[in-house]
Amino acid sequence: MSTQKKERKATSLKVMNMHIPSHVLMVIWVFVALFPVYLLIINSFKGRMAIYSNPFGLPTEWTLDNYISVIQGGNFFQYFFNSITVVVVSLFVILLLGSLAGYGLAHWRGKLSKGIYFFFILGMMLPIKIATIRLLELMKIFDLFNTLWSLFFVYIAMGLPTAVFILTEFIHGLPRDLYEAAYIDGAPRSKIYYSIVLPLIKPALATVGIYNLVPIWNDLWFPLIFITREDKKTVLLAVTRLQGQYSTDWPRVFALLTLSALPVILLYLSMSKQFVAGLTAGAVKG
Amino acid sequence: MQTTAQHKLKRQSRLDPGGRYWIWYVLPALIMYCLFMAYPMLDSVRLSLYEGTTGARTFVGFSNYVRLFTDPEVSARFWGAFKNTWVFFAYHMMVQNVLGMLFAVILTNRTMVGRQFYQSVIFIPCTIAVMVTGYLFKLVLNPQFAGPTLRSMGLGALVRPWLGQEQTALHVISLVSVWQWVGIPTMMFVAGLQGISEDLLEAADIAGANSWQTFWYIKYPLLLPVVGMIAILTFVSNFNAFDIIYAMATPDGAPNYSTDLIGSLFYRYGVAGKHPIGIPEPGVGASISTAVFFMLLLGVVPTLRATQGKE
Repeated sequence: MSTQKKERKATSLKVMNMHIPSHVLMVIWVFVALFPVYLLIINSFKGRMAIYSNPFGLPTEWTLDNYISVIQGGNFFQYFFNSITVVVVSLFVILLLGSLAGYGLAHWRGKLSKGIYFFFILGMMLPIKIATIRLLELMKIFDLFNTLWSLFFVYIAMGLPTAVFILTEFIHGLPRDLYEAAYIDGAPRSKIYYSIVLPLIKPALATVGIYNLVPIWNDLWFPLIFITREDKKTVLLAVTRLQGQYSTDWPRVFALLTLSALPVILLYLSMSKQFVAGLTAGAVKG
Repeated sequence: MQTTAQHKLKRQSRLDPGGRYWIWYVLPALIMYCLFMAYPMLDSVRLSLYEGTTGARTFVGFSNYVRLFTDPEVSARFWGAFKNTWVFFAYHMMVQNVLGMLFAVILTNRTMVGRQFYQSVIFIPCTIAVMVTGYLFKLVLNPQFAGPTLRSMGLGALVRPWLGQEQTALHVISLVSVWQWVGIPTMMFVAGLQGISEDLLEAADIAGANSWQTFWYIKYPLLLPVVGMIAILTFVSNFNAFDIIYAMATPDGAPNYSTDLIGSLFYRYGVAGKHPIGIPEPGVGASISTAVFFMLLLGVVPTLRATQGKE
């Protein structure tokens, strides 16, 4: 009798460990999360009229015409080039200045350094959008309006607080012994930064990089305000022109949206672990 | 030459107290940050007391604020956007963050299979630009798109101009935003839950606590700092939301300003200029951003105190 009871308990535990309600909920959400993305991609391969008769199914006739016309019409490659330039330059400078400042703040113990550190941290709580009115005038004064430089500067400033926070903490946590040998040899600080610190903080640099990459690539606000010239537009800004341009040619709109979203989705799928770490690292950031 | 002991002392002081020399490492970042973030942010507060743009700027005291809060036309827009932003925020707190916590509890269950897969999928929408999400849903929700097919499937009730009706547009847009961002609180809660000691949960299990009790009496209180952080994050980002309105409802917060948020109001007054004249009023824009600035401080500081106090 007691073995029967035990068996029953074991099977009920087994059923419990299958987590059926949890799986049901998760499967529903997987569907909710992916169905719109699926619609985005498959409808970009349909003909102009085919989407009305068959909005949800796979295309009966696959076509690349939408992609060809998007790529041929307008300065598609220019937009992509601009977006990539903005991301690469901004990230490079954020990582360079952020790691230098982190190196300095991690070693410099004093009231002033503490103050500077908290001044940076404050920037993690406040969204840079609040500064827009002044920034717009600043860009006009410096003659940076309608140049990619305006975007570099804003994104660098926006990325620095989190970069300084993450990198200072990381460098501070490195074991001191690692420097000892170099100090004894009398190596200058700059050399220690370059040949010892930099290689050690690679994981933290990756975190900071990913943390900034997605928001910079996906930003609409600053390009919308700083850029009006056709040849300086970013991909996202080009997407805004869709409103009027192909308003009735939906498959073409879907194709452009797919092209602008795909690079980040693919990057995410190929390194999702680093992404999740990166995007949740600056948990404090708004 | 110095003795070894002296050398050791020197080495200590060269690196540790280090002195002011370190400023050269910090300065480049500090200058960038001040010039393009701290200074423009603070100066925007000053600009809210002026009218006009550079060159033709006159001091007007608090008149921009008086207009913003009391002028029949401007204040109607401001308080409308203010109310809508709170509705938008409520959706993110009640739907997005609650779902995020639920998902995180499921995803941290060690005996559950396929957690990694679910987690990856939940996060996919977070990597898409808000603009892309906005346009995509604008097309999909258009009755023209799937209307005929849905009707033939007997789902005609779903065919409504969701974004064209004042009573539904803001709610639908909020839900689209929730759809996109639920991955962020999920991941943060997952990180928080993974930090809870296994012994504690085991003790609760031995004491006979069911999973709801374990959640409510153990996991939730320990997650409180994360809850606070997510609340702040949601608050700050919702009071700056703009892209989703721009993509799905135009910067005018159509239909009839029913989806106008503080972010789109700020864009219209401060940067783009109001429809139909199109002349921006930087002073009013700056007063909107200053109001947001103080509102964020008022919301963030008490939340930080209440939830992060223990350490």
